[in-house]
Amino acid sequence: MTGSMIKLQNLPYCKGCGHDLIAKNSTEALEKLGYNPLDVIAVTDIGCHGIIDKCLNTHTVHGLHGRSVALGAGISFGTGSKDQKIVVFVGDGGTTIGLQHIMEAARLNLNVTVVVHNNMLYGMTGGQSSGLTPKGFCTTTSFKGNPFTGYDICKLAHTAGARYVSRIMGVGNITEAMMKAFSQEGFSLVEVMEICPSYGVKLNPRRKLKEIVEESGRELGEWTNDLPPFLDRQEEKTANLLDKTPVISKTFNHQLQQPYSLVISGSAGEGVQLAANIFAKAAMSADLHATQKGSYPVTVGVGFSTAEINVSPEEVLFHGISVPDVALITSSDGLQHNRQRIERMQQGKLFIDSSLTPPNTGAEVILRDFRSVGARNAAIHAILYLCRQTKILDESSVYHIIQQEGKADKLPLDKIKKAMES
Amino acid sequence: MHEKNSNDQVLIDGSRLIIESLARAGADAFIGYPITPANLLYLYGSQRMEMMLPAPDEITTVQWMAGLSATGKLPVTATSFPGFALMAESVNMAYMMELPMVIVLVQRLGPATGTATCGAQGDLLLLNGIMSGGHPVPVLGTSSFEDCWSLSARALEIAVTQRTPVILLTSKEEVMTQKSFDISRLETIKKVERKEYAKDCCDYKPYKPTDLVPDFLPVTQAEHQVRMTASTHDQDGILQHSSPEALANTRRLEEKIRTSMKEDYLFYHLDHQEGAEKLVTAYGISAAAAREAVRKMRREGQKVSLFIPKTLLPLPPVYLEIVSGYRRVVIAEENMNNQLGSLLFGQKLPENIRFVGNLGKMIAPEEIEKEVMS
Repeated sequence: MTGSMIKLQNLPYCKGCGHDLIAKNSTEALEKLGYNPLDVIAVTDIGCHGIIDKCLNTHTVHGLHGRSVALGAGISFGTGSKDQKIVVFVGDGGTTIGLQHIMEAARLNLNVTVVVHNNMLYGMTGGQSSGLTPKGFCTTTSFKGNPFTGYDICKLAHTAGARYVSRIMGVGNITEAMMKAFSQEGFSLVEVMEICPSYGVKLNPRRKLKEIVEESGRELGEWTNDLPPFLDRQEEKTANLLDKTPVISKTFNHQLQQPYSLVISGSAGEGVQLAANIFAKAAMSADLHATQKGSYPVTVGVGFSTAEINVSPEEVLFHGISVPDVALITSSDGLQHNRQRIERMQQGKLFIDSSLTPPNTGAEVILRDFRSVGARNAAIHAILYLCRQTKILDESSVYHIIQQEGKADKLPLDKIKKAMES
Repeated sequence: MHEKNSNDQVLIDGSRLIIESLARAGADAFIGYPITPANLLYLYGSQRMEMMLPAPDEITTVQWMAGLSATGKLPVTATSFPGFALMAESVNMAYMMELPMVIVLVQRLGPATGTATCGAQGDLLLLNGIMSGGHPVPVLGTSSFEDCWSLSARALEIAVTQRTPVILLTSKEEVMTQKSFDISRLETIKKVERKEYAKDCCDYKPYKPTDLVPDFLPVTQAEHQVRMTASTHDQDGILQHSSPEALANTRRLEEKIRTSMKEDYLFYHLDHQEGAEKLVTAYGISAAAAREAVRKMRREGQKVSLFIPKTLLPLPPVYLEIVSGYRRVVIAEENMNNQLGSLLFGQKLPENIRFVGNLGKMIAPEEIEKEVMS
């Protein structure tokens, strides 16, 4: 589709509004650069600038207030290397609420041009101050002048890594300035300074736009970074996630007649979850069903680490464990986290590190120096000791899984075996 | 399920099944912001999806997804309540623009930040009211590893055929706990075909429906003008205040989802036992306890039926008929307020409806059994 980028006969703006100029000169710039209307994806959002859609012959995507840059970013990820131009129109209000989106698009140097219609207030909702309103500028929420300094969006976008940023006055003909921004490979942003004829002019009588911009300290100009445009660099992908979970074949036998629940608990970083995982897989190698639930505080490297394991000759439908058949406790953190349910145990066994004082419990208490092989190996030591003492699993099934999982060299198995003999 | 011809037992979590299923169904982009307990989904999404992009927040996440969807991609994300709350307006946008995407919502204990590493079922009513105007957004709930596999693909299928965001509702224990599972039992996932508008015609209207759903064209083609908008709009995608055509479009959005979800995408499991007058009803993580409770009671000679809703929203009308057929119904849900019950019955529960709830821990089978037998 070729032809005009814009229907000029019914532009929707108030007399004297700079948005009108931006619409006309932006589309003219795109035409001069040789784009056909459907080579262009115009992304707009809520605010007076956003009602331009119906006049554009481009693709138009009209989103949420202040989110157009993020929406345009998503489109740019999808268009990839296609020779399409993504133009995002946003106001100073949208820039305020969507600042993060602009920073992100600039940081990644996405192939997007953002045109900030900065008329220094929220026009559509009644002339309130925005984050880009200059200090001293009068709005309907600051009749005596905005007491705060406005964001310098050009400086922010430049610092974030934008390839090209410019600030221009929204007067005269701005086609060439727009052409320059549209021609960049990577992220470009043009801040067009305007004054809203409905609120800005009336509330700031006798002040000229040029003077307001100068007094605000906002320089007109261009700023560039010599950074490459966004390139999608994906890490190597796996073709099938299910291939990453080894099939456990039946190698051993079991004598288990009913479901069996085990809680193993120690401190974070002491191999509790690994030991639990090995136990669960060892059970599976003996044709048992197994579940493994991990519990830990939100901090990853400190505090308790608890694993709840169910093994059963039939499918485990519910994996929660209130009071376990057996508890293995290898550290003080683990004891604290499980003290109450150990106290509720009426039967079963508690294997607990000999450095700890066992709580009152109906379970048979077995004290053992699990940590003698090093704190990091206490959990796997406890699992192996459990198997030897209770015959719940064939001890060699645990060694079999350790081998299969490639952990044999990482665990001091000889030391553990020696400790178990003592 | 396929006929079992081998026994490929693996120790696996639901997250892995969900992402692999979505990928096989055609999801090709994962946009993520880390949040517990959805982090395994993020990890697997980054390993498996053709494109993975780390967003700086959850508003950006859904905006990027919407942009990708507008170009013809099928994006997926995973989050939990704190992240989902930020997504709400953008999900409304994608719904209005009719852009397919799947959001896996992993429930954790709230309110607010609550406990990140503790499961819950507290978000059903939130999802029921997430759309301004009360429009329904499709929500499927997983209740087993089989569901993680089959419903994930279905979620993507709904997203594509109905051009809508779809929520896959799950919870911490469902996506983080590992269980032995025979992956040879998994059904084959077919890739979802995303049909595009027949380009030989010349009067493309982006929101003109065929069977309630408009034909899709990506903004990456240059044959037809595409307009998408989150504002009230006519069939051309032009913003309108409240013209009859625009309001008809807004009505259609509701009708589209209600019609398809009560017919084509109605998923539930009803295990009716002949002669049973009691029914245990549960979805999500509590369905595990419900299954165990029913298995145990039946072994003890009790007659009891089991109902597991999977299409959760819009709530299928047939559910009320199902539960109305029993003298006693026990609803188990891991919250304090019986959200499913209130969707079914409103503020006043009939006397024959019993609720088993819990906060901060899974409902145990014994708790359900006690209520059934009392």
